[in-house]
Amino acid sequence: MPVQYYIFLSVVLFCIGIMGVLMRRNAIIIFMCVELMLNAVNLLMVAFSKMWADAGHVDAGAAQIFVFFIMVVAAAEVAVGLAIIVMMYRNTHSVDINLLNRLKN
Amino acid sequence: MSNLVWLVPLLPFIGFLVNGLGRKFLPKAGVSIVGSGSVIAAFAIAVSLFLETKAPGFTPRVISLFSFISVGKLSIPFAFQVDQLSALFLLIITGVGSLIHIYSAAYMHEESNEGYARYFAYLNLFIFSMLLLVLGANYVMMFIGWEGVGLCSYLLIGFWFKNPSFSKAANKAFIMNRIGDLGFLLGIFYIIANFGTVTYSAVFAQAATMGSGHHTLVIIAVLLFIGAMGKSAQIPLYTWLPDAMAGPTPVSALIHAATMVTAGIYMIARSNVIYTLAPAVQNFIVIIGTATALLAASIAIAQNDIKKVLAYSTVSQLGYMFIALGVGAYSTAVFHVMTHAFFKALLFLGSGSVIHAMGGEQDIRKMGGLKKYLPTTHWTFLVGCLAIAGIPGFSGFFSKDEILANAFAANKIVYVFGLLGALMTAFYMFRLYYITFCGSFRGTHEQEHHLHESPAAMTIPLVVLAVLSVFGGYIGLPEVFGVKSLLNEYLAPIFAPSVPFAAVHELEPGTEWMLMIISSVLVIGMIFWARAKYRRYQNPGTENTGLLKVLENKWYVDEIYDAVIVRPLQALSQFFSEVMEKLGIDRLVNGIGKSVQWGGQQLRVIQNGQVGFYIFAMVLGIIVLLVIGLLF
Repeated sequence: MPVQYYIFLSVVLFCIGIMGVLMRRNAIIIFMCVELMLNAVNLLMVAFSKMWADAGHVDAGAAQIFVFFIMVVAAAEVAVGLAIIVMMYRNTHSVDINLLNRLKN
Repeated sequence: MSNLVWLVPLLPFIGFLVNGLGRKFLPKAGVSIVGSGSVIAAFAIAVSLFLETKAPGFTPRVISLFSFISVGKLSIPFAFQVDQLSALFLLIITGVGSLIHIYSAAYMHEESNEGYARYFAYLNLFIFSMLLLVLGANYVMMFIGWEGVGLCSYLLIGFWFKNPSFSKAANKAFIMNRIGDLGFLLGIFYIIANFGTVTYSAVFAQAATMGSGHHTLVIIAVLLFIGAMGKSAQIPLYTWLPDAMAGPTPVSALIHAATMVTAGIYMIARSNVIYTLAPAVQNFIVIIGTATALLAASIAIAQNDIKKVLAYSTVSQLGYMFIALGVGAYSTAVFHVMTHAFFKALLFLGSGSVIHAMGGEQDIRKMGGLKKYLPTTHWTFLVGCLAIAGIPGFSGFFSKDEILANAFAANKIVYVFGLLGALMTAFYMFRLYYITFCGSFRGTHEQEHHLHESPAAMTIPLVVLAVLSVFGGYIGLPEVFGVKSLLNEYLAPIFAPSVPFAAVHELEPGTEWMLMIISSVLVIGMIFWARAKYRRYQNPGTENTGLLKVLENKWYVDEIYDAVIVRPLQALSQFFSEVMEKLGIDRLVNGIGKSVQWGGQQLRVIQNGQVGFYIFAMVLGIIVLLVIGLLF
């Protein structure tokens, strides 16, 4: 399959992620959208890695190692982020991020 | 011996440091011993240097101590020059300086301990600077000393700084000197730009090759002369000197009569090659000198402050020295510097003794009949008057007549004006003498009771200076007397380089005799006129009218300067402070502050606390950066 398909899919996923982050107020959904963006990038990385490897670049496979890095970091981030959301819910009984504008003033 | 020349300025400098730093705890005796001792020691070294320069076969020596400024091709060493001219000035400065230090030890005795030490510290600093000025082997060294003496003059004029008018006089002296100093400084820059060096020997050697009337030399000569005008109180920068009499009287004697004000003469005598090659500037100097001599002498006729008379007399005598320089009689000018240092220091110290006896009174209308109370002061003062008036046999006669003879040879008109000035000099000096010392006492009863001769520390310097005022002239006897002038012979090597370019004026011996007789007879006539007029002087109690009133008010020169320069300057600065500062600069600065505040006020609505809005702004920013990256 040509690499353009992967790029297209990846861009679509990324834009869905951005739109979700920008438009939704539910913290958990925003969180999931962030994950979506991360994985769009992962997908792109794997696709390019394959493309260069097919073109004869021996060390292009190294890019796939970074994908694992991103996954590990994302897992750690999920742990922290969910903990924050839980704390937020405990304090406000809501996961609406606009309640956080109390920091204003 | 000339290797030790650096000791000469160093000794007074050590005295300055000791007295200046120890002013809080040194006793008066210690201060006066350190202060006077350092100058006397310097005098002893100066004498041995002088003997060395007098010995046959002496060649001028330059003793380089260290490199002072070294930039690119320009190198200015910190070097001293020992030759006939500097050795003679060393003698005058340290010799008269020693006497005045001794005199000051008694005169200033009523000061507090701290004030006494401060006074001697300043005086020593002055001697140090003056020695640097005459010893330096290049123009920059001279400039260091030049500024140093200006500073000391300022400090000493304003010695009693709690009196606002004295501080004002100090400021006036300083500012007027700055105007001249600027000319001198520009002259030095011009020398550096054209000759690439400031060392005397190198500059003069190059100047001698340029030919008479070269524009570079003319510009340098004019700029240096502006410096001399300020320091040596010539028209138009002379008004500071009479006001400088606010300082203690020994200071007036040392700085404002004997030494500092002759720095301008020294500079021009030192640069004789440049001036001889710029005849136009020489004529200019003659005009300025003649005008100053006449103007100051005429003012002195109507002054009633004993020190003011002497101050204007100093300005007038400096004018004579410039006449001599202008007609190319450099060694005559130096001769007059020397005799003037003797008799004018004597007159000032004598007036100090009078003021001391009168309890601070300086108005001669309130004196009179002092000769029976102050015998030593009276006799020495009379000698000083005779010397400055130019009575045959006294030192002033020889130097002044040499100037007049040179002026006659160069230009008859200058001679006539010079003679007129000499007659006025005789008149005002004897007016001063008769009003002060003869007639009956006109002060208060209390003052009469207080009258007493000054202590020995004050009268001994007077006697020494009186002896010098009589016999100082015999080293420069005119050639018509059938003897060689020792001074001219001694100084000849200094002025030798300019001789080939100088215009030669020869006088018939008969003419010279005639000139001497004319001036002597007229001067004696003037003295008798003054005697007849002021011997039994009584204070008329009425105001002067007509010309005398104009003279008493110094031709209103101070008022003219005030109206022409000071007031417009003040109005201009008023304008700048009121309009430019308040409406221009202040508004601009306040406007910038206000606009920043206003901008902040407008931008703060963006910070609305909506997380979504922030993220939107972030994404927008990334997109903008992306577009910019793609486009460029």
